[in-house]
Amino acid sequence: MPLTNQAKNQHLLWRAGFGPVVEELVDLSKFSPNQFYKGLVKASDKKPEYIDVADDYLKGLMLGIEEVGRQQKKEMPAEDKKMVRQKNREGVRSLNMYWMHEMVNSSAQLREKMSFFWHGHFACRNLNVFYQQGLLDAIRTNALGNFGDLLKAVSKSAAMLNFLNNQQNRKDHPNENFAREVMELFTLGRGNYTEHDVKEAARAFTGWGSNLKGEFMFRRFQHDDGSKTILSKTGNFDGDEVLDILLEQKQTARFISQKIYKFFVNETIDTEKSEWLADRFYKSNYDISGLMEDIFTSDWFYDEKNIGAKIKSPVELLVGIQRMLPMKLENEEALMLLQRVLGQMLFYPPNVAGWPGGKTWIDSSTLMMRMRIPLLINDADEMNVKPKDDDDQTMGRQNTMENKEERKSLKGFIPRRQMINANIDWSLYVKNFENTEKEKLVDSISKILLQTKSGVDNDLIKQYTDASGRESFIKTATLQIMSTPEYQLC
Amino acid sequence: MLIKRKEFIQIGSLATASMMLPKFLKAFEGQAMVPVGNKVVVILQLSGGNDGLNTVIPIRNDIYYRSRPRLGIEKTKALSLTDEVGLHPALTGFKELYDDGSLGIMNSVGYPNPDRSHFRSMDIWQTASQSTEYFTTGWVGRYLDAQCSGCDKPTQAIEIDDVLSLAMKGQNINGIAVKDPRRLYGTANEKFFRDVLKNHKNESGEKPVDYLYKTMAQTLSSADYIFQQSKLHPSSAEYPKTDLGNSMKTIASLIFSDINTKVYYVSLGSFDTHVNQEMQQQRLFTEMNEAVKAFVKDLKSNNRFNDVMLFTFSEFGRRVSQNASGGTDHGTANNMFLISGGLKQKGLINSLPDLNDLDEGDLKYKVDFKNVYATVLNKWLNADDKMILTNKYDHLNFI
Repeated sequence: MPLTNQAKNQHLLWRAGFGPVVEELVDLSKFSPNQFYKGLVKASDKKPEYIDVADDYLKGLMLGIEEVGRQQKKEMPAEDKKMVRQKNREGVRSLNMYWMHEMVNSSAQLREKMSFFWHGHFACRNLNVFYQQGLLDAIRTNALGNFGDLLKAVSKSAAMLNFLNNQQNRKDHPNENFAREVMELFTLGRGNYTEHDVKEAARAFTGWGSNLKGEFMFRRFQHDDGSKTILSKTGNFDGDEVLDILLEQKQTARFISQKIYKFFVNETIDTEKSEWLADRFYKSNYDISGLMEDIFTSDWFYDEKNIGAKIKSPVELLVGIQRMLPMKLENEEALMLLQRVLGQMLFYPPNVAGWPGGKTWIDSSTLMMRMRIPLLINDADEMNVKPKDDDDQTMGRQNTMENKEERKSLKGFIPRRQMINANIDWSLYVKNFENTEKEKLVDSISKILLQTKSGVDNDLIKQYTDASGRESFIKTATLQIMSTPEYQLC
Repeated sequence: MLIKRKEFIQIGSLATASMMLPKFLKAFEGQAMVPVGNKVVVILQLSGGNDGLNTVIPIRNDIYYRSRPRLGIEKTKALSLTDEVGLHPALTGFKELYDDGSLGIMNSVGYPNPDRSHFRSMDIWQTASQSTEYFTTGWVGRYLDAQCSGCDKPTQAIEIDDVLSLAMKGQNINGIAVKDPRRLYGTANEKFFRDVLKNHKNESGEKPVDYLYKTMAQTLSSADYIFQQSKLHPSSAEYPKTDLGNSMKTIASLIFSDINTKVYYVSLGSFDTHVNQEMQQQRLFTEMNEAVKAFVKDLKSNNRFNDVMLFTFSEFGRRVSQNASGGTDHGTANNMFLISGGLKQKGLINSLPDLNDLDEGDLKYKVDFKNVYATVLNKWLNADDKMILTNKYDHLNFI
């Protein structure tokens, strides 16, 4: 049986975005996937606004330090340092919430989804909120642009340079971390360069760093301007030239195309398809929009084996639910806790290699937690799980916090039993089914919510619904269908 | 056979009676214990970077006292093991174990190119990777992969927690996290999950949906299994009423049952003592000391102490010098405690770290932690350590 437009569009919206939003449910069967894709591209056209969540106090303080620093090399007093840490932590949390809110509400779904992919590709842990906002902006601005520009912007971001220790990479005292990860994780992939290439590239990146404000700084006196040989090219290369050499390698186009195929199409790579994509990506001089168009307008993207074949990441799951069921969250802390417990907290990737994804999202604890979320947001259940300690955040102080401010800044990191307190606005969602016959309700709810043919019997769902009224029936059926293994897939 | 009403309700909340009944009956029949000789490992993770120098204290070392004018623990307060070495004053039970010949102390354990981020260094310890590698599976998880392909229940490795650590995740098989066997996945929707599972026909496929159903089936059947086992020979010993005390009691109860678990994993923290180290370490060590003491006593009175190996580790030690806030900052190499009735090497297995030979104020590692893992895997668990650790590491002699 050929797929309906509705099924294809849902597939497109889950992969090129964070799933259908309740307002567009009526359009799903009206337009073709190509029309939908054009709409997505158009909505993502505009340059994104810079997300600035940093606290004024922090801004003042950072400027202050810079002034003081210029006049006399004075250390910040311990109290201020502590305050800076707290404010940074709060800042990164706000950034997390702000961006997740954009993923839920922005019509620029393609750009946000693409940025989300790059956020995992250029994975960076950094506790400085200024640096993190700068990196996020570089990613969102270039997400659909040119990969070379993106690579350079990220490589020159204070967040990444500091995270990968390039501040310590100096002439005669090289630190290879940055150079290694640029090759292994950002461009070529393991096995496509030698240890010698890493050593030489590290020399070329000497002197790259940032100032306190997070601006890129080239420190000429720390730079090794001698001759280097990298991937059989020899010259007095600097960092920019190394990145150019890496972009000249077709392997970079291949590596990125494969990773994008795995993320957007299917965990199992179809070599023929990914090679075709890599070819065109390379020939286009790394035009990301072109690459994505190649994918989303191809016939094979809509092959049955690609639909419902992906395990949603925790962020995709949490955002997807909120797009379908618009809700006001009184307790945003709960969203942070869910991200942590499920294993994907924005701005806190496990390491520079990012989230491995796929089956690694799932273990006994995370699967059961995922399936509890619908009842949690409906306040029929209570969060009672304790996430692991994160000492990079709490500095071991979750048990001994004296002041309220510090406690506040650690929200989402210290566990407590809690209700999510979400107020779901069901009106639009319920309205969508106003012309559906009662007998067909479960079926058409399943079709909208699930990307894979449900193994769950309609009769079983019905047993767990509140049939006292049409609206309560739709609500409870929806929550139960969202509580199935099938809903974890897209 | 008497079933107490209370117990029945607890079980009923976990499972529908029809699913439970056969195993449930069996649970009350079987009084036989796992034969002596079934080796078990208990891993106690000290999260946050425990200060090793104030754990195993060089009580005659001037550099130690000079580097720590405020935090150094006086010789008279430490529990002395030898003329040179003392234990933190809270570790009275560990001192008894030392005197008893069932404590081993491995000093200067670490790895090349140490990382000072908690998260990253913990990753390295949990995955047993080099510091330049990023593994997505943990060393216990890979033990499961090697040990029990085709197992119907992933209960060979149990973590006493709500969330599963990376250490416990394999390529194909994950361990299971359980905080309280009586309340595994306490959720209002449990009956629905059971019915959804029963309703699903095809578990054997290779698609992601099959993987989800397989995980779900394993989770629910493991939950039942662990719960029954924990009721089989529940420990009647006294344990301190702390988190770790409860966890150790749960572990003991499972060890006394006939569950197939080989590895237990539990964490205590946070040892990240940048400020007010004295109070914090004292508090955590008291919790650890009381819980481990009760655990060992319990094992001994049930004749299982020779079959259980408990070891501690932390993602890193701390710097030799104290900081200005009554604490210490992130360091490198650290010590590990090994506790068992079956140790081949006892007491101080190697010498204390050389405080004259530091790397920019940090201890140099002498033993790679992967050698310890290899030893435990090979000599205690009889497993293929080379495959699990993806490298050959020499075996040590404590087992």
